[in-house]
Amino acid sequence: MRAALFITCLADTLFPQTGRATVAVLERVGVTVDFPAEQTCCGQMHANTGYGHEVMGLVRRFVRVFGDAEAVVTPSGSCAAMVREGYERMAVEAGDDALAAQIRDLAPRVFELSEFLVRHVGVEDVGASFHHRVTYHPTCHSLRLLKVGDAPLRLLRSVRGIDLVELPAAEQCCGFGGTFAVKNADTSTAMLTDKLRRILDTGADVCTAADSSCLMHIGGGLRHARAGVRVMHMAEILASEDA
Amino acid sequence: MKDGFPAAAREALANSQLRRNLGHATSTIRAKRARVVGEVPDWEALREAGAEIKDRALRHLDVHLERLEEAVTRAGGTVHWARDGAEACAAVAEVARAHGSDEVIKVKSLASDEIGLNEALERAGIHAVETDLAELIIQLDHDSQSHILVPAIHRNRAEIAQIFHRELGVDVSDVPAELTAAARAHLRAKFLSVKVGVSGANFAVAETGHVVVVESEGNGRMCTTLPEVLVSVVGIEKVLPRWRDLEVMLQLLPRSSTGERMNPYTSVWSGVSDGDGPREFHLVLLDAGRTDVLADEVGRDALRCIRCSACLNVCPVYERTGGHAYESIYPGPIGAILTPQLRGLDNAPTLPWASSLCGACYEVCPVKIDIPSILVHLRGRVVREVGTPPTERVAMAGMARVFGSRRAYEAAQRAARLGRGPLAGAALRSWTRSRELPEPPSQTFREWWRERGA
Repeated sequence: MRAALFITCLADTLFPQTGRATVAVLERVGVTVDFPAEQTCCGQMHANTGYGHEVMGLVRRFVRVFGDAEAVVTPSGSCAAMVREGYERMAVEAGDDALAAQIRDLAPRVFELSEFLVRHVGVEDVGASFHHRVTYHPTCHSLRLLKVGDAPLRLLRSVRGIDLVELPAAEQCCGFGGTFAVKNADTSTAMLTDKLRRILDTGADVCTAADSSCLMHIGGGLRHARAGVRVMHMAEILASEDA
Repeated sequence: MKDGFPAAAREALANSQLRRNLGHATSTIRAKRARVVGEVPDWEALREAGAEIKDRALRHLDVHLERLEEAVTRAGGTVHWARDGAEACAAVAEVARAHGSDEVIKVKSLASDEIGLNEALERAGIHAVETDLAELIIQLDHDSQSHILVPAIHRNRAEIAQIFHRELGVDVSDVPAELTAAARAHLRAKFLSVKVGVSGANFAVAETGHVVVVESEGNGRMCTTLPEVLVSVVGIEKVLPRWRDLEVMLQLLPRSSTGERMNPYTSVWSGVSDGDGPREFHLVLLDAGRTDVLADEVGRDALRCIRCSACLNVCPVYERTGGHAYESIYPGPIGAILTPQLRGLDNAPTLPWASSLCGACYEVCPVKIDIPSILVHLRGRVVREVGTPPTERVAMAGMARVFGSRRAYEAAQRAARLGRGPLAGAALRSWTRSRELPEPPSQTFREWWRERGA
């Protein structure tokens, strides 16, 4: 099986360890990974901030770069949702029917990492071990747009040595929301504070999720509070072989 | 309004009593809703049907409204068409004046609050008495509503006891039964003496001319049956084509709003009938921006709203800021898409951004309004039609250019490592006040991949 890795601009630039872990996990379960170097950004930040009309070029670029891939896999629920749920509407609104048709063809081949592993490859135990107390935050777009369900939890539960503890009110947003975090910084921070309190209450030393952007927000809050709890992308836990 | 939602929210977030009241109330009602929705096996099919019924009504709104007018007139009612709030208020005032009444009793009605009916009547020398308990609390306290269904959600029992003591001169404890008894004593005299009742409507049926009000307290039943004259101010989007459409709507609404299987009171009337209820019925059909909303092919779905407030109760933004931060009678997610459309985008340009796009609202909406997508659509319209700060536009254009070419993107990644260029976030003070920024790593992913392949 082959998969083209859509790394996302955020992980590429700021969280390369997530990308390396994604490659390691995919290769461990027998997937051949390609990395089309022409990829940049899916345009989600622009589109969700009201500048979608300025990034139609990025939509076309994505379709050009990944159009022929057998499967496109990304370690980000929200970027996968952007392509799968957002692109077609953008093309239709821009009046580009040919592009919309190409997107309809490509979208079913775009997967977030956990759903790719569990539903497409059909594996839950990826051979990882990680001896820490971990709590999982099910990011909004994975949950409500992609409907990944319990795929991430199935993968995490199969990790040897993990002490997986439930996060209360897990389904509430962490307050990131892209530019919402800066345009409505106070409200965003209030949401984050409640999320952090619940994470700290679990006694976990690691908070994990399947999206670097939400983790950047939660992790940024934990470090600001000097909380002594770190964030790790799910892929990094799945890549771990600590004993 | 000048600083809009972010500034109003900042103020609200600092109110610890408000945070506590809202956190408690929204989590209680969320749990109730989840329980009663969970017991309906065909809930998703019902939502689908609800959306289709409203879409059908809106697609041929002109036809349904004329049928409604015909049916109401046939049943002995009088229909008034109001282009805006002022015309609607004038129609109500005229009816009250014609009956020599300087007082009206009111059923809780969002449409009337939207158009400032109470204030307009006051200017015409007519006092409007709110008879819904929460509306009465708001009115007595000279406060404003902060929730569609539970307008005094920002108040707790102790605060309400103080308001009653101050404004009604009654000594009551904060026990709910005592509070409601005090309100009941105050209102009963009004129900029995005031000659003009004013209501809104949850639904108006084109086929039969029936107007429907659902409520919990029985005050609505009093206001629509005891007075000599009844005036109902109804937004034109409330029309349902057929009587049988109520079968779907009356299942969706109570479960979504109060978390009840059925609401305690459902009042349904058509025109007037001898010896029963008001002797005169007036239906004021209110546009007030609604046809403008219809013109937006994406935004028009907001008109499906049946004002259940489920989206408010699940919204993580609303739960923390409360309703006043939205500076509109329609707060929360639905308010963030409805208010800017009804008032014009330039009068509420920050509201489409008052959401993290988490999608919890869409998940619970009984008529499947895709609120996140409409928010994004309206953001685009604000950017294009109203304008956004030049710094933002420049930054967005710069980043679009960077992402548009692999060379520019890779150069920007290298610059970010040095804390420079369009991908370096160091300047985002509103981020760093409460969150650290990640340190750019010594090697990007693509650099690692290249090295690995080499």
